[in-house]
Amino acid sequence: MTPLLALLRKEAYHIRRDRRTLAVVLALPVVQVLLFGSAIRTDVKQARLAIVDQAPDEATLVLRNRFAASDAFRIVEVTPRTSDLDRLFRMGKAQAGVVLPVGFAGDLDDGAGASVLIVVDATDPNIGSVLHAYAEAVIRGFERERPTGRRPVQIAATTRMRFNPTRESSNLFVPGLMAFVLTILATLMTAISLTREKESGTIEALLVSPLRPWSIIVGKVFPYLVIGAVAALLIIVEARLVFHVPLRGSVVLLAAEAVLFILASLALGILVSTRTSSQRVAMMMAMAGTMLPNVLLSGFIFPIESMPLPLQVLAKAVPGQWFVTLARGIMLKGIGLEYLWKETLILGAMAAVLLAASAAAFRPRLE
Amino acid sequence: MSGPSKSGPTAPAIEAVELTRRFGAFTAVDRITFEVRHGEVFGFLGANGAGKTTAIRMLTGLLTPSGGTARVAGHDVYTEGEAIKRSIGYMSQRFSLYEDLSPRENARLYGGIYDLTTTEIRERTSTLLARLGLEAVASRPVRELPLGWRQKLALSVALLHRPSIVFLDEPTSGVDPVTRRQFWELIYEAAASGTTVLVTTHYMDEAEYCDRLSIMVAGRISAIGTPAELKRQHGVSSIDDLFVRLARPA
Repeated sequence: MTPLLALLRKEAYHIRRDRRTLAVVLALPVVQVLLFGSAIRTDVKQARLAIVDQAPDEATLVLRNRFAASDAFRIVEVTPRTSDLDRLFRMGKAQAGVVLPVGFAGDLDDGAGASVLIVVDATDPNIGSVLHAYAEAVIRGFERERPTGRRPVQIAATTRMRFNPTRESSNLFVPGLMAFVLTILATLMTAISLTREKESGTIEALLVSPLRPWSIIVGKVFPYLVIGAVAALLIIVEARLVFHVPLRGSVVLLAAEAVLFILASLALGILVSTRTSSQRVAMMMAMAGTMLPNVLLSGFIFPIESMPLPLQVLAKAVPGQWFVTLARGIMLKGIGLEYLWKETLILGAMAAVLLAASAAAFRPRLE
Repeated sequence: MSGPSKSGPTAPAIEAVELTRRFGAFTAVDRITFEVRHGEVFGFLGANGAGKTTAIRMLTGLLTPSGGTARVAGHDVYTEGEAIKRSIGYMSQRFSLYEDLSPRENARLYGGIYDLTTTEIRERTSTLLARLGLEAVASRPVRELPLGWRQKLALSVALLHRPSIVFLDEPTSGVDPVTRRQFWELIYEAAASGTTVLVTTHYMDEAEYCDRLSIMVAGRISAIGTPAELKRQHGVSSIDDLFVRLARPA
């Protein structure tokens, strides 16, 4: 029997004996994705809309109908007076208002163009901008269906929303969430499993044995890689069934990228365990070391492009950022390695560097 | 039994010269020089913090010395760590078995780590379980066994690959006197079969069981010899008296 095989079997025993932890480890990511995925939403449904129609005509009626038919809006009031809008906003009865000018149909027909005012409640700026975009989308739809040859409605801003035409925020969030929960899980698993061996003293028995540090690392990483891969598959299934996130690209490629990402995180956990011999401290370090960067710097919630340059540079060092890009590309855009080879190489290199660093830090000698 | 050492069978099993380990400004082990002969039960005595564990860690390759030289089973601790690891067994004061694994699984793990064949592991494990009378609990998690049984099992597992030297770091701490006696019987058995034993303890009655012993005080070896020699040289009736005298010079 080879020493490595003996180690792997031992780790499998640990995992099998501790069924409760295994259940938690596999259920936690699924539940986290479910909770976060349901809680974090920037898309809006049935937003309260007030329409100011100062002089109803055939064009304003068509546009009003389009708003009424939109799933994003629910018309709470139609009024002829602009002054009513202020009251509706203050009372919180309306989240968005659309002001249609006098002579709307005429303006459209004579080619001079018409102007429509969109007012949104920007108390929450994110929701505000989403509402704005929705309203604009409805107006664009109206404009497209006008008979050809007529001039467009005058609205300055144009917004393109590709790859997520239904503007489902879960499409954007679920790949990020996947990175978030997988990295926490993987880092915690190795960090805790190794510090537990330090606390109980069993690590010394391994260290005085002829086992090479590499064997010890592989013996730790491989079993948890299997668990991490199972968790990743569960999340992909959940994303599909619960959140209806499309999986347009290759599942195999996505799973392979997840394995690279989990490897990097497991190695990070080993590095954590070399810095402390207490399970409690290891847990804190693993959580702080994965949660913050992966919430703030992975592009999962906050777009990296809008960060100041130093943070953008820092974000490049977070493996999560690369995995989020990869997962979004594969799931939403349906693109493969021909576009993603660079990100894949970077993620793979990160996993390799972290593993090498953890093996180097995990000296056969103590202290 | 692992192969003969490079320096020939007459060389000491363990040989330390001026071995030193510093942690920053603190010198945990201060130029200790001693040798342990083949098949001997050598006691390493000292109060807590005297440097016993640090010394053992240097000899087992867990810690790099800051100075001096040492050879274990004929191999240099600086350059031949791998060869040393193959020749030794080790059991620490902190429990070295996996508590969620059964005695059989623990034995199989360590047998595997030391590259024994599957047949060797199976045969030695059943002999071991029979000798310790653990067959009935061979598949129960180790944590369910009484501490004394666990310590005896840990020692037997540390001897499974038949090392030429075994290091026992306070193996009996926290164990009741009866079990300690049984534990020492296991130690004698190992020594009788040719294994050199280096054992640390702070139970002075155990010191009397050793062939030879050294007493460490504040990182140095203050006395070394057979129990009888040491008592005669210092004119004391027990090792306990000697230890108190050395630890607190009047």
